Amino acid sequence: MTPRWKFMVIAGLIFVVLGAAIYFPILRRRVKRAARLQQQSEEQARRELAQPITVNPGDPRVRTKLYWASDAMDSTLVPVTVELPLANDPVLRSKQVLNTLLAGPVDAELRTLPPDAVLLAFYLLPDGTGIADFSEALATSVPSGIASEQMAVDSIARTLEANVPQVRRLKILIHGQEAETLAGHLDLKGAFVVTTKPAAIPAKPTVAAAGAEKAPATAPAAASAKLTPDKAPGKLAQPDRKP
Amino acid sequence: MADRFDMLLDVRNVIRMRIFFLAGAGSLALAGATMVHSARCPAQAPGTPAVISPLGGVQAQVASPFGAPAQRSGLNIVVLDPAHGGTDPGARGTGGIRESEIVLDLATQVRRALELTGFQVVLTRQGNENPSFDDRSAIANAQRGAVFVTLHISSTGLPGTVRVYVNSDLAAVTEANGLIPWDRAQTPFLGLSKKFGDLVQGMLVQRFKGSPDTALTAAVRQLRTTAAPAIAVEISSIVVEDRAELDRMAPGVADAIARGAAAFKPSYVVANVPGTLP
Repeated sequence: MTPRWKFMVIAGLIFVVLGAAIYFPILRRRVKRAARLQQQSEEQARRELAQPITVNPGDPRVRTKLYWASDAMDSTLVPVTVELPLANDPVLRSKQVLNTLLAGPVDAELRTLPPDAVLLAFYLLPDGTGIADFSEALATSVPSGIASEQMAVDSIARTLEANVPQVRRLKILIHGQEAETLAGHLDLKGAFVVTTKPAAIPAKPTVAAAGAEKAPATAPAAASAKLTPDKAPGKLAQPDRKP
Repeated sequence: MADRFDMLLDVRNVIRMRIFFLAGAGSLALAGATMVHSARCPAQAPGTPAVISPLGGVQAQVASPFGAPAQRSGLNIVVLDPAHGGTDPGARGTGGIRESEIVLDLATQVRRALELTGFQVVLTRQGNENPSFDDRSAIANAQRGAVFVTLHISSTGLPGTVRVYVNSDLAAVTEANGLIPWDRAQTPFLGLSKKFGDLVQGMLVQRFKGSPDTALTAAVRQLRTTAAPAIAVEISSIVVEDRAELDRMAPGVADAIARGAAAFKPSYVVANVPGTLP
């Protein structure tokens, strides 16, 4: 091979290597983006399939307790009372209160669940186990740590306990799947105890006083509802490990 | 005849193996898709001190059926678990600091403090790797006379405080056949874990004001499969502006854990017959 050919071959090889070095990161980004888009579209499909939450304005307005953080630096919960029209059906009612909880309090620093998390579905088994299926964002956006993850789960359990007496235990799914942990710490394998009180016939919802400020039931509207802290921070719910 | 023997089990054909502890009967049972093994030794009297079944890889050491009465020894091993690692950085601070790196450095200091107190220390990871929850638990479950401490940095909470967690109450420990599933290995140790946790938290609150007085309970995944008194120690928080703030807390945390373990030692007497649980 003549020196000229050698030079051309080497130059060609260098060109190919440089081209690959430039193109490879672009290709990797495209693959990642495609994977993300696919995941998002799956979640979108689930959301579309999920039953829309019907709000009946005729439903009685109920004093609803929602559990959010008591302080931005604290890991305890405090109940906040909001007046909402809630359905009597426990599944629909659970969806309504959890969506309001997800919408968060007026002070965003006191929220316990990530703003981008979505309740995809809620089921209630005959034994009183409520199964709440959240979007991936609940696991990926909740601050990592034992305290923060416990507080997130606890706010869900305490809110259900206060408003839906039929829910006795809580099982959390992420994107329709059972997850080992919420965000690396909190055990999601078992179900969390919501209440240990004996099962009773669902109580009639307390009707709010006539002429009270109208508070919509959907998530965005919750922020505009009247919020009233009413008592000391709540205790953490204990998980149940029954097989 | 020796009061114990080593048994090598070839489990290559077992797709999924579950490990059980048989409470009160000095037994260890391994159940797999193609095999079930159980070896027994004479049952111990009620109130017999805790015994941890030693498991190491596929080697299982079980008590001889003709074994002599249990001899007692004390707590002498602390299994330290720097959480996360590898592809799992844990909590991340705004300045790029990672929980997995800080807890690894913290573990070195805790190890030193424990060794000065006379404990033998086993780490679940030495570098930037990420063993599974079960692999970490297995390291503790393979020891006799050990306690387990998993180290964490939180994303939230009052900076400069430290919380100790023990696992939440778990459902009944034994199944119909008297076996304790691996999934709930912590259950028989909850009382001891609480005592150990309270002692360590008591030491921590003296140094870090604003910390709780006693250990908290939470459903910590890592603790559930650990067959030993087990606690999680979580420092607040990763959101500090400078990592040095967390590094300054490390000696105090290390000393509190070492002093808590030393205070717990008399409470945890371990019999030399493997297989039984508290």
